[in-house]
Amino acid sequence: MKQLLKLSVASFLIAGALAVQASTLSDVQSKGYLSCGVSKGLAGFSAADSSGTWTGVDVDVCRAVAAATLGDATKVQFVPLTAKERFTALQSGEIDMLSRNTTWTITRDASLGLNFAGVNYYDGQGFMVKSSLGVSSALELGGAAICIQAGTTTELNLADWGKQFGIDYQSVVSDTNSQTLSNYDSGRCDVLTTDASGLYSMRAASNDPSEHVVLPEIISKEPLGPVVRQGDDQWFNIVRWSLNAMITAEELGVTSATVDDVTNNPERERLMGRSGNTHEYVGLTPDWTYNIISQVGNYSESFERNIGINTPIGIARGVNALWTQGGILYSPPFR
Amino acid sequence: MAVNELQSTRKPPIFQIGAILWLRTNLFSSWVNGLLTLASLYLLYISIPPLLDWMVLSANFNFGTVNILGFEIKFSEVMADNQNCGREAACWPYIYEKLYMYIYGFYPREESWRPDTVYGLTALLFVIVRLVRNYKYKNRVILSLIVAYPIVSYILLAGGFGLLPVVETHRWGGLLLTLVIASVGIIVSFPIGVVLALGRRSDLRVIKLFSTLFIEFIRAVPLITILFMASFVLPLFLESGNNFDKLLRALIGIALFQAAYFAEVVRGGLQAIPKGQYEAADAIGLSYLQKNALIILPQALKISIPNIVGSSISLFKDTTLVLIIGLMDMLAMVNMTSQDPYWLGRETEGYVFVTMVMWVILYSMSRYSRKLEIRFNTENKN
Repeated sequence: MKQLLKLSVASFLIAGALAVQASTLSDVQSKGYLSCGVSKGLAGFSAADSSGTWTGVDVDVCRAVAAATLGDATKVQFVPLTAKERFTALQSGEIDMLSRNTTWTITRDASLGLNFAGVNYYDGQGFMVKSSLGVSSALELGGAAICIQAGTTTELNLADWGKQFGIDYQSVVSDTNSQTLSNYDSGRCDVLTTDASGLYSMRAASNDPSEHVVLPEIISKEPLGPVVRQGDDQWFNIVRWSLNAMITAEELGVTSATVDDVTNNPERERLMGRSGNTHEYVGLTPDWTYNIISQVGNYSESFERNIGINTPIGIARGVNALWTQGGILYSPPFR
Repeated sequence: MAVNELQSTRKPPIFQIGAILWLRTNLFSSWVNGLLTLASLYLLYISIPPLLDWMVLSANFNFGTVNILGFEIKFSEVMADNQNCGREAACWPYIYEKLYMYIYGFYPREESWRPDTVYGLTALLFVIVRLVRNYKYKNRVILSLIVAYPIVSYILLAGGFGLLPVVETHRWGGLLLTLVIASVGIIVSFPIGVVLALGRRSDLRVIKLFSTLFIEFIRAVPLITILFMASFVLPLFLESGNNFDKLLRALIGIALFQAAYFAEVVRGGLQAIPKGQYEAADAIGLSYLQKNALIILPQALKISIPNIVGSSISLFKDTTLVLIIGLMDMLAMVNMTSQDPYWLGRETEGYVFVTMVMWVILYSMSRYSRKLEIRFNTENKN
């Protein structure tokens, strides 16, 4: 019986693998659109505005890949996915790629038949406190009541951190983001902890954003990035280098406004497909990077448009700045 | 002769008339009821004024200029935005801003007349059914409408067939999706449920066994599990997840689930029919089909109406579960629109709005069922 079960599971897996072995690129090009799995709503990362248009930094990665492969950043079918179904949707071929604030971990990378194509946002768990408390470092939080969402890794990270630094705290657990925020707002706790990107949008959603500060300490690593299926290296390269093109464009100072003006700079010319034949290696037309930058913009443009300091969310670049500017954002060279 | 004079009528004691009598009999008939009344009044006192204040009195109604059926109504110079809306009370311009998303989801704006037409047709359907009530061929009219309505609605909503531009189901959302799931779920599952109920009482062993197994299996599993199965496990078995519509998968799951519940409701009705009815039908030589269609089911369904509607109402509420498999129904739209960076922190308004819409729909359903009960009540009439 056990043998039979194993056999049937194995045959299902093989059938699944066969089903998705066809080239994703040719699939996408023959469909005429890219199916991209996104979050069902996370401010600044993927959310629909009032007219139903998707915006966000995760959404921009989808748009970049659509621009690279189809020449049109609008040809994306966004598939809103819950955290639970995201990997199944990718494995089953329902979506071509996943760009849904997904943390890159060894378990996910190595055991799910998936590949992480890069990092488009370096996130990490942080703390927000009321500025009236006068706290300037998380290490001063001994004895504080900390609001936290149940059943997330946030809870475990916090426990690890408390043990490591010998900080006693009392956790106030609630079920959803908005409950966590209302607990914090009503004063049931002094501190709110979640991923830093979430902290900023919760601050923007609070009654008076100026009353709260996000502390500098980050206690966990949450590199978020786009994910593809294993076994299609060409597609993996396309997604990885579409993201890298946006990062490199920022580094070389190419924006959607200056994309036509890349003369007399060999690096820019290579990036924009004016020289060299790198486009052949990924199986795309020479203007693929041009389409990305002209239609979506470089990394900085996407960041500032969706979550940057001038948006209501107001996240500073921080570690997400280029390696040349004090951050850790680094793209291998286009050559 | 004072004795013979009529005495002027004395007024009844003050405690036996008017408002005081009403209060005494209805609210303070005993000290327990008196305490309950006072407690209820206190509860109302602490809950209603803040709610009223939040929803109406202190709420922001600065919609800007609104065009309602061609009439321009000016609420304020400009529409309020998230900053100047205030946090202490409801910000209704947020709902106005997101109204299209709540009602149609991602349905293309230029095609929104199509769902509107379907809404209109639905209302028209009820009117026609009411108008033809005494018409000689009413059964034929109603039957043809029941067949035509889903087809017309499907063509209008989904498009295709060279008639209308295709709108893929992943763009359907909000109230539209809620109504589609609920109505398809109810309409498709009802006949299946009736067949299953008859099957479970059938004398044929295999049919009986199959019906019982199906009903008991589905009823022993929560809807959320069935939705998960339909959404995650099914695509892994199918060769390509692309060509099998996500909404269709959910609809199949919901229809099967609801069919099992309807089956048990109808079985309850069947059991309430006296044995004499079956025997009488057999005695006059009716076939199985005739017996059930003409004698048993009309009576059984009539007495099941309250439970059928009750079951439909709980299905309608259960449709909100589809948000866990990534379908964007009305509740999922509240979550999504609350994540617009320019309108952060307005979940409460969305939830209150959805509550009101749900209440209106479900209360109407419940009222309609009450009317059907009265209309079909033939007991004690002859």
